[in-house]
Amino acid sequence: MSFAAALQDRFIRWALRVRPPEASPVVLSQRRVYVLPTRAGIGFAASLLVMLLGAMNYTLSLGYALTFLLAGLGVTAILHTFRNLAHLSITTGRAEPVFAGDNARFTLLLHNARSDERRQIQLRTADGMPLTLDVAAHASTAARLGVATSERGWLALPRVTLDTTWPLGLIRAWAYAVPDMRCLVYPRPASGAVPPPPTFGGQSGDASRNPMGSEDFLALRGHQLADPPRHVAWKTAARLGADAPLMTKQYADPAAQTVWLDWDALPIAMPIEERLSWLTRWVLDAHATGLSWGLRLPQTRLAPAGGDAHLHACLRRLALHGKE
Amino acid sequence: MAKSNSPAVSTSQTWWLLGAALTALVPLIPHVPPWLVALALLLLAGRALLNWTQRKLPARRWLVLLTFAGTAGVLAQFKTLFGQNPGVALLILFLALKPLEARTRRDGLAVVFLCYFLILAQFLFDQSIAAAGMMLATIVTVTAALGSLADARARAADLLRRSGVMLLQAAPFMLLLFVLFPRIQGPLWGLPRDAFSGLTGLSDSMAPGSISNLSQSDAIAFRARFAESPPRDQLYWRGPVLNDFDGRTWRIERRLPAQRLPYVPQGPAIDYEVTLEPHAKRWLFALELPGSLPPDSLMTGDYQLLAKAPVTARQRYKASSHTTMSVGLDDSEHVLQRARTLPPDFNPRTRALAASWRQQHGSDDAAVLDAAKRFFLSQGLAYTLTPPLLGQHSIDEFLFETRQGFCEHYSGAFVFALRAAGLPARVVTGYQGGETNPFDGYFTVRQYDAHAWAEVWLADNGWTRIDPTAISVPLRIEQNLAAAVPAGSNVPFMARLDLALLRELRLRLDALANNWNQWVIGYNPERQREFLDRLGMRAPDWRQMTATLAVLAGLVLLGFTAWALRQRRRTDPVQRTWIRLGRKLQRRGLPRHPWEGPLAYAGRIAVRFPESATEIGTISTLYGRLRYGKLDPVLFSELKSRVARFQP
Repeated sequence: MSFAAALQDRFIRWALRVRPPEASPVVLSQRRVYVLPTRAGIGFAASLLVMLLGAMNYTLSLGYALTFLLAGLGVTAILHTFRNLAHLSITTGRAEPVFAGDNARFTLLLHNARSDERRQIQLRTADGMPLTLDVAAHASTAARLGVATSERGWLALPRVTLDTTWPLGLIRAWAYAVPDMRCLVYPRPASGAVPPPPTFGGQSGDASRNPMGSEDFLALRGHQLADPPRHVAWKTAARLGADAPLMTKQYADPAAQTVWLDWDALPIAMPIEERLSWLTRWVLDAHATGLSWGLRLPQTRLAPAGGDAHLHACLRRLALHGKE
Repeated sequence: MAKSNSPAVSTSQTWWLLGAALTALVPLIPHVPPWLVALALLLLAGRALLNWTQRKLPARRWLVLLTFAGTAGVLAQFKTLFGQNPGVALLILFLALKPLEARTRRDGLAVVFLCYFLILAQFLFDQSIAAAGMMLATIVTVTAALGSLADARARAADLLRRSGVMLLQAAPFMLLLFVLFPRIQGPLWGLPRDAFSGLTGLSDSMAPGSISNLSQSDAIAFRARFAESPPRDQLYWRGPVLNDFDGRTWRIERRLPAQRLPYVPQGPAIDYEVTLEPHAKRWLFALELPGSLPPDSLMTGDYQLLAKAPVTARQRYKASSHTTMSVGLDDSEHVLQRARTLPPDFNPRTRALAASWRQQHGSDDAAVLDAAKRFFLSQGLAYTLTPPLLGQHSIDEFLFETRQGFCEHYSGAFVFALRAAGLPARVVTGYQGGETNPFDGYFTVRQYDAHAWAEVWLADNGWTRIDPTAISVPLRIEQNLAAAVPAGSNVPFMARLDLALLRELRLRLDALANNWNQWVIGYNPERQREFLDRLGMRAPDWRQMTATLAVLAGLVLLGFTAWALRQRRRTDPVQRTWIRLGRKLQRRGLPRHPWEGPLAYAGRIAVRFPESATEIGTISTLYGRLRYGKLDPVLFSELKSRVARFQP
């Protein structure tokens, strides 16, 4: 870390005034809102100086009046900008789990207890896209902050900078906040040619049964790589031609379809993260095909089941594997 | 094209910028060349059209071309690019061109700042009350445009209102700074030569026609405030003294002025204060003859009061004058000889006449003077604003042929005749008369009060004032110009004696403008000291002023900050009712715990006072519905009355 960066980090820690992360609601008290002129503000001040010299040189009394009025305007701009941010309160909303590599979306609620609108408040994290919004009088506005994810596990909301230059753009008021908020990041599902789980049609005990369901045809759905080839609707494919996407036949009787997704079924040499990635992919595929599946990890196992709740339980287990 | 990361200017922001540019331009229209106004309006209209049709801005090369063409135009008009008028013209040109390349917010800011500069430039030409009012309207618009750059989605009405509110809040700071900011007497550096063109007033020479031109103007030359107004025939405001004659034009004699009076004042003094309008020359005006020198002034040997620098701003000075005084008794022969000098080849008839007076009266100067006066009286000279043109022997023609003239003819001819008779004499120009404005008590002297008279040196009285106009046309001195000239002459409005109602209105406006001039425009270092002294600051210097300014501005700022951070602790009225219930029960030893929800508290109350269980159940249900559901006024009043009645 360079000296300047270290200094900045030090300043921010001091400027926060509290130990992060902060419990909700985070109130931006006046002590933690800072103001400085913007570039435009410095330009404005320089213009005023030139105007003052002009008024002096030509003895223009109204020139003095104009310059002083604009100087007063600059002072009131400081107050208005400061007031636009001070006493804003922030509560945390939801942060839906995402897969690593996707953007996590943190929802923060900004509350304005004042009877004046707060306008043009910008929120941003160190690397995310800034977000500008207005908060009406006595109202709340939701801000959805996108944060890039790279690895599975819990992702804490990084430090958020709130700033505003409203109403004149001459002054910037800003504050830092670290609301206590985290988002679960699932492992990134393996992509490319992932072979179906080796347990398919194998050791699950009822190999005679078809893992895609009974013989009662139910519907067609989009083909996924893990689907067994004999369930592909080849006739449809032949009719639609080579460019059309493959379809998979689905059959009723899901109770009969159970599969075990097993950590140990993967090659021993495979690194942990890649293993988790494959398992994630299998879990997703199993859910998508309407199977009932069980998950076996080194320390835990989840009994076979189906549905969204089971899916998220499995993904959560995978996300937090070795991190709890 | 985007050379910066500054965000692009939106369509509505462009409308604001164009509006701001237009409002900043309008007050300057009368003061700049018409072609420039036309060009600027055309460019702004062009930009508006592009904005309207959402079309692309012109390529940079066209703008460069336009900039060069416009600058060349300014150069052709003024022959230079430096100085006040070309400077303002260039500012207007840039303001009109900048929107055509305003793509980003930074460009937009440049337009806004240019607008602020142009508002300032407007005051170079006009600092009247109307100009100040215009400034307020313009500055609200320009500030709203600045606001639109920071808030692209704001509605126009909100921007204007916010701009107005912020400027109102800025007003206390302006007032404090205006009164207390230590003023310095400008200029800080040399002013461009064209800075004060177009100011009227007496000049350093007098030829037939020069003063009658001035008499067409009712512009104010200066104002004076007397403790006690002197008689009208003493109101001779001495200005440039013209000693050199070349046959047609009288000029001032360049002599080194001194920092002290060349005479010792005697007799009773009249005290007054003069507020002189700028006239770009050095003369100061005072009643004949001043008994002391105003600060920063000098006096020449012929008693002409001079400022140390040309009067380019309204100037105020205190003076006292002694109207009956003999001066110059011991003037040197050299000075007197100069006051007898005439060019040899002009006006032979006047010369011959004067020689005849001298021949008749010998060395009796007073008798020669009387002869001259008698001649002027007998000649039947007519006083007119439109005298006929005169040829080479202008004085001969005036005295013996046309016999029509204005005060410059009268005084010039009189001095010429006296000099031809060997008497030392000179022409004095200045103002004669003036009138009291009944609404503010100020004595107002206007350009049409410009006058020229004669001064003759007599051995027993020194330099003595003779007004040949007064000899021929006494009404000019006793009343004013309009009374003296023939009916139907083209007299300036304010000099006319009819139209009483309009005159009164005009006098009222003059009084208002005078107050504005005295206290706002004329608020200079001296007036600042005077004003602060009156407020109780003893001998204020810049340190004291800055300190007071800092303290007062700090107090205002503190007040505003308190307003900005004011947190109205307005709890929900429904909740307040619930809290009241808690307080009521506190007296019965059952206070509400801060962490306790309504149901839990109600449960506790029901256990303690079983006979009120039903009632407290109703109250807590009502409270829950009102607090977390819709606020129904009927239910709310029921809750209030039930809480008020509740007596466990």
